[in-house]
Amino acid sequence: MFVLVLFQVLILNNIQISGYVNPYMYVLFILLLPFETPRWLLLISGFAIGLSIDLFANTPGMHTSATVFMAFLRPYVLKLLVPHDDYEPGTYPRLFYYGFSWFLKYSLVLVFLHHIFLFYVEVFRTTYFFHTMLRIILSAIFSVFLIILSQYFVYRKQI
Amino acid sequence: MRNLFRFIIAYHFQILFIVLEAISISLLLNHNDFQKARFISFTHSITGRVYKKVNNITRYLALKKINDKLAEENTKLKNILQRTYRADELFFFSEHDTIYHQHYFYTSAKVINQTVNKQHNFLTLDKGSDAGIIPEMGVVSNGGVIGIVVSVSKRFSTVISLLNSDFRVSAKLAKNNYFGSLHWDGKDYRSVKLNEIPYHIDVTVGDTVVTSGYSAILPEGIIIGTVRNSEVKGGNFYEIDVDLSIDFKSLVYVKVISNLRREEQTELEEVINE
Repeated sequence: MFVLVLFQVLILNNIQISGYVNPYMYVLFILLLPFETPRWLLLISGFAIGLSIDLFANTPGMHTSATVFMAFLRPYVLKLLVPHDDYEPGTYPRLFYYGFSWFLKYSLVLVFLHHIFLFYVEVFRTTYFFHTMLRIILSAIFSVFLIILSQYFVYRKQI
Repeated sequence: MRNLFRFIIAYHFQILFIVLEAISISLLLNHNDFQKARFISFTHSITGRVYKKVNNITRYLALKKINDKLAEENTKLKNILQRTYRADELFFFSEHDTIYHQHYFYTSAKVINQTVNKQHNFLTLDKGSDAGIIPEMGVVSNGGVIGIVVSVSKRFSTVISLLNSDFRVSAKLAKNNYFGSLHWDGKDYRSVKLNEIPYHIDVTVGDTVVTSGYSAILPEGIIIGTVRNSEVKGGNFYEIDVDLSIDFKSLVYVKVISNLRREEQTELEEVINE
């Protein structure tokens, strides 16, 4: 978690490609929590990591609300994307357990929801609706790209 | 109580979500100036709209009261306007000037009724004894002589018009001061006749006829009209047709003249007559 937060605030927050793309990779932490995590703990961890990002980015509440929102939606998204043979006990919601396409769907949906919440709270008005939507889509794609990349580099299959 | 606990346990996820979300949004709104300002302006725009609607309704319901108030205010303002307008004039003309020794005192009044098409025409003015008007005061307008006050009540006065065949006024030719008697022949409201001008006087068309000031009612030199036509009739005097300089049909405001030295003058003249 701390590694992720530091990585986010020290490196990714400084990435801004042509004013559109801000990758927010720290949501990976919520994505990768084990299936058995109690749901209240999900929300608390989302709150904690969002708040710690906010403290560094000096935007109290912005990332917190978006991450809590995403943590709230995670169980429903998991239920929606359940594979044919259900989630096996002892596994984690990671690429190497459930395959590339499942993980892509899973991360894409949640990251997209998170980004929608985050960017609209940041802009906080409806005037630039489509401009913001473009930013959301591009940033979400880039975030998902980084998240999947991390699966290959960091979270290898641990059995 | 147990039910409440059960409810909280059953929905702890949703409740916790709402609580955490509420905390983070309150953080957001309290510590981010931009979002705070947006939020405040947003809520203000909503409350403003509500207030405006409510205000519209209450204003509509109060229309009657507002109308009454406006009408009241209107009349008040009108009263002030009229009074100041005339009061100004009163004060202006009644100044106690010890150098020039004021001789005449003007009071402005409004014509509220008059006739021009009878043989004996009168006017009614909206000022009476309350404004210091008494009978036998002269009445003029900016354009010329109107007539003489014949009777007054508290707030009104009647004026015998120049256009009255009983009315006679002393008038003179402005260029050489020969004076005669002016009266109306009862035919045309735009012209009067001037008699008793000796026939050796040179009278030309366009000569100005003014008041003579011999009557102690009207000051000297107030314009009456201009000569239109003159002929010698029956002996030594002209009969002169005079075009009136004022149009009696369009009279609105007139001035009532009081001669401050009139009593003195008439007293003295009565002594001679006796």
